[in-house]
Amino acid sequence: MLEQDTKDISIELEYPMGMLKDSGTADFLTKVHARVKARWKSGFSESSFRKVLYAAGICMLVLLVAIFLSLVIAAFPAIRRFGLGFFSGTTWDPVKGEFGALPFAVGTLIVSFLALIISVFLSIPTSIFLGEYFKTGALSTFIKSVIELLAGIPSVIYGFCGLFLLVPAVRALEVELNVPPYGVGIFTSALVLSVMIIPYSAAIGREVIGLVPSDLKEAALSLGATRFEVIRKVILPYARSGIFAGILLSLGRALGETMAVTMVIGNSNILPMSIFSPGNSLASAIANEFTEATGHLYLASLIELGLVLFIVTTVINVLGKVIVRQMGVGG
Amino acid sequence: MRELPVRRRILADHLFKGIIVLLSFACILPMFFILFFIANKGVSVINWEFLTQLPKPVGEVGGGILNAILGTLILIAVATLLSVPIGVLAGIFLSEYKKGRLVYFVRLSIEILQGIPSIVIGIIAYVWIVVRVGSFSALSGGVALAMMMLPIIITAAEETLKLIPDSLREASLALGVSYPRTMLRVVLPAGLSGILTGILLSVARVAGETAPLLFTAFGSPFLNVNILKPVNTLPLMIFNYATSPYPEWHRLAWGASFVLIVFVLGVNLFTKLVTRRWKVQF
Repeated sequence: MLEQDTKDISIELEYPMGMLKDSGTADFLTKVHARVKARWKSGFSESSFRKVLYAAGICMLVLLVAIFLSLVIAAFPAIRRFGLGFFSGTTWDPVKGEFGALPFAVGTLIVSFLALIISVFLSIPTSIFLGEYFKTGALSTFIKSVIELLAGIPSVIYGFCGLFLLVPAVRALEVELNVPPYGVGIFTSALVLSVMIIPYSAAIGREVIGLVPSDLKEAALSLGATRFEVIRKVILPYARSGIFAGILLSLGRALGETMAVTMVIGNSNILPMSIFSPGNSLASAIANEFTEATGHLYLASLIELGLVLFIVTTVINVLGKVIVRQMGVGG
Repeated sequence: MRELPVRRRILADHLFKGIIVLLSFACILPMFFILFFIANKGVSVINWEFLTQLPKPVGEVGGGILNAILGTLILIAVATLLSVPIGVLAGIFLSEYKKGRLVYFVRLSIEILQGIPSIVIGIIAYVWIVVRVGSFSALSGGVALAMMMLPIIITAAEETLKLIPDSLREASLALGVSYPRTMLRVVLPAGLSGILTGILLSVARVAGETAPLLFTAFGSPFLNVNILKPVNTLPLMIFNYATSPYPEWHRLAWGASFVLIVFVLGVNLFTKLVTRRWKVQF
């Protein structure tokens, strides 16, 4: 079949090869061209098409490994210089060449967990609302769409609105509370972040709550339980691990969120002492200092922050996905 | 358990439902705050000049965001060109081979890729391209965005292609069409709308990304179409102007935010409508 094709095409071929006429090159070119054209015409053979598919899949694996290795290699000077002391050092002083990541690690953890706590109070009720009370209907569709759009708003816009809406409000609150009125700081970033991660836990929460078998619920209802009791005693225990996974996945988001946090956290490299003090997270430190990093060690230290971020978010995401998969929900 | 009087239990039930409804509505409030705030401050800035002029230096009134709009489009084009072919092929791979150790690891790595913080992607693009080429460039920004688009496109392609019934491909194969042709000319077109939706969603997602561009595309006040030079994008411009101390620049940032949010939400709504109407179904 292929041979046939090749012959046909080489007869049809008309090469502009006046200047090549007598040399062997022309012959060779004609042959190559014919082969390529025949190949193209008959399409890939099955085995080579499968190879291409496999290559595309393996590419993803290679990409991930390459990302990890590049981070390790680029961060290596800092890893060798500071070792584990990198995580316990409290001073981050580029001028003296001292790099300790503890202020950023602490900042990231406080911001993320504070945001998580605030968002849980909003996302679990929403999951119950969408998964139990209003499973279908216009109201449900409306709220579901709005929450999905919430995930679509770029983080820089969250940061911008946080900077101009939330910061003055928090500053007023701080004046009331008699703490230094920075306005920006850990509390403000946690507030912005809590709104940003609602969609992630709400979406999974809604799905797992919707998956609770109705015979379980009906059994409880037929025994005289109120809806509230059904939710508390039947639905929430049943959906517990799924809800937990949703929270875990939104934690993964919160840890890595950069722009919104960078804009409202206040960018201070000192270990934060209260939730109202300015600080820095791992991501915001990278965003702020990366382009200004002069010197090998400075850059490597910033990249090591990125490496830490990469490892932590990966572990959390994989854990969350494993739980979600066990629950049988499309995460 | 102690028995509570029925009346109190019913009261608790009503109370609980009230709280749930209240908190659910509290959840969507921020969305309206943001939209209202942006629209309120942004619309008044938008006019023809704003969309067709370059930004002016500090102190001068006026100026526009043409360079950022163009830069965003360039980056999206580069990222789409890089990510779509390999993303679709990997999607076909995952939908065709459902079992096996290799497939498991490929799927796992895609899930991990999806979760990588965008700032880390930026570092990678910096290490891979900016350091090699020696300058910030649109190309490196495009590579960073492409890495963020890949998982979304792959997942969309895989999910769509899984919905295509086997009978379709069996009919094609039975007619003597080769396997690659069946895949590329029969199965892929049948799932085209789903794949296009995935691509659009991934574009909407990366169009607003700032973090991976901070040290790749970097930003530039000039009109630039050379992909080896730095370009400005809407999110980068919003970030730089919003954090500047000049009210005039804040005004531009509000306008740019409005343009960005209209684009992002517009694409999101469009894909929603498209998926509802042209759903892949058999």
